[in-house]
Order: sequence, then C-alpha cells, then structure tokens
Amino acid sequence: MAEQTAALTTEKAGSPDKTKEKSLATRDEAIYIAPPVDIFENEDSLIVVADLPGVDKDGVAINVEDDILTIKGKAKYTQLANVLRQEFTLQNYYRQFQLSDEVDQSKISAESRNGVLTIMMPKGEKSKPKQIKVKVG
Amino acid sequence: MSLRSLDILEEMARMRREIDGILGEGGLSSWTFPFSRISFLPGRASQVYPLINISEDNNNFYVDALAPGLDPETLNVSVTGDQLVISGEKRPLPKNIKSEYIHRSERAAGQFTRSLSISAGIESDHVQANYTNGVVKIVLPKVEAAKPKQIAVKVS
Repeated sequence: MAEQTAALTTEKAGSPDKTKEKSLATRDEAIYIAPPVDIFENEDSLIVVADLPGVDKDGVAINVEDDILTIKGKAKYTQLANVLRQEFTLQNYYRQFQLSDEVDQSKISAESRNGVLTIMMPKGEKSKPKQIKVKVG
Repeated sequence: MSLRSLDILEEMARMRREIDGILGEGGLSSWTFPFSRISFLPGRASQVYPLINISEDNNNFYVDALAPGLDPETLNVSVTGDQLVISGEKRPLPKNIKSEYIHRSERAAGQFTRSLSISAGIESDHVQANYTNGVVKIVLPKVEAAKPKQIAVKVS
C-alpha cells in the first residue's frame, strides 16, 4: 500500500512557466509561495487540503493536465493606511503534484473555505480495494 | 532526464532562499518578510502565531491576523484594558484516518493565543472583527483624544 500511494502524491518541483502563460509574466506575480498541504486518502478518494490565506474562491485556479495537478492562488490583500508593523505579506501561491492514473481526473472537485482549499479526487474503479474471496476447496 | 535535474536545481535554490531568509537577518526582521512566508502555521517553525500586520489612519487602528482554516466558533477576539487578545483553534486532520493513508501533513494545527498591547486609547465597545478568506481583520476605533488634530495655520 505504501508504495502504491507514494506515487499518488509526488510533488513536482518548479516555478510557474512564464513563457506559457501571459498572466504570470508580470514581475509581481513571479514571486510565489508554495502553500502547505495535507494529503490523505479514504476508500473512495484522495484529498488534498491546502492553506491559501487571502484567496477567495474566484482567486483559485486548479488545473489537471498530463497527470499534473496545478494549484494556483491569487491573494487579495492590501494593508490599509499607515503601516505600523508588518509580519506577513500575501502573494501568489503555486504548487504542483504528479497524479497517478488511479485518480479519476474527470471527477475532481474542489471547495474553498476560510482560506483553505480542499480538492477531492475520486479514485477510479480499479484502484478501490476489492475483497477477494478465497475459496477453500 | 535533463529537465528533471533542472527542476531539482530550482527546488534547491528555493530552499536556499528560504533558509537564507531565516538565518540571514537578525533581530525583529527575522520575524518579518520573508520568514513569514513559511511560518503562517501554528506549531511548526513559528513561536508567534498568528502573524499580524498593524496599520492606522486618523480614526482607527487595523490589525490583520493570518490564520487560515480556523473553526470560526473557536475564534475569539477580546479587548481588556490595553490588551488585544486573539485566540482560536485550527482543527487537525480527522482522527479516523489511518496513518498509512496520510501522505503529507504540512498544515500544523492546534490552539493559539496572541496578545498585543495597545498604547493609544481605543473605544473597546466598538471594536469590530471579521474573518474573511483565512484573514482575521480587526478594526479598533481610536478615542477622540488619540485622534490627530488638524491645526489651522493662520497667515498674517
């Protein structure tokens, strides 16, 4: 089981491809944070939970292409008036994971709540555990 | 193959930037940007949680706290005298998941409290707090005495 599941969550290193996407070409958006994630599974699906504070549901872009799950987030945050103390800044988020073919990529769904993104990825039929009856002859 | 090794180099460069950010600057600045990029979680890698930004204008102080994924019922903001206290709890993963089904657990969880002292007078009855997209936004109105007064300059 451990070997099988490791393949589900291989992380892809790398930064947003600026040549491919014009929207990421500005200097500001070249800076990004890799959001921390929890990844776990139950019998039916693989679940990715990512902290994206400052991102509302319109600011999230999830993309699956060539078995690669890409999470992008655009934080909307401005500090008002005169800054007295600044411990954090919010920028853009970006992280990629390699999916195995066990995930049914057509049925991926996601929700965003309180700055946390939850991605549900149902497993395909073949990767669900099956009970095999042993006949005693 | 060569593409993959490039990815690793990029990842190492990113880690190095992060470590430089932690070790490179001493004093208060190590709590601020860019250290804050990796420490907006309770528990791991941070002793101060949540991270906050404070700003002001003529009428109000604004305190923003970075705390994604809180249980809104546990979030508590209170003002006692000159102390502003923010506390809450970030829920851990559901307990019924077997450990072999957890692949990554980077989002640390737990209870937290942070208090700030406010030197200027605020109207504690009119403090407002809002929790939006994982950021707690608190507005603290200044008392009249703390507001700046415009003084008209007469030209004679």
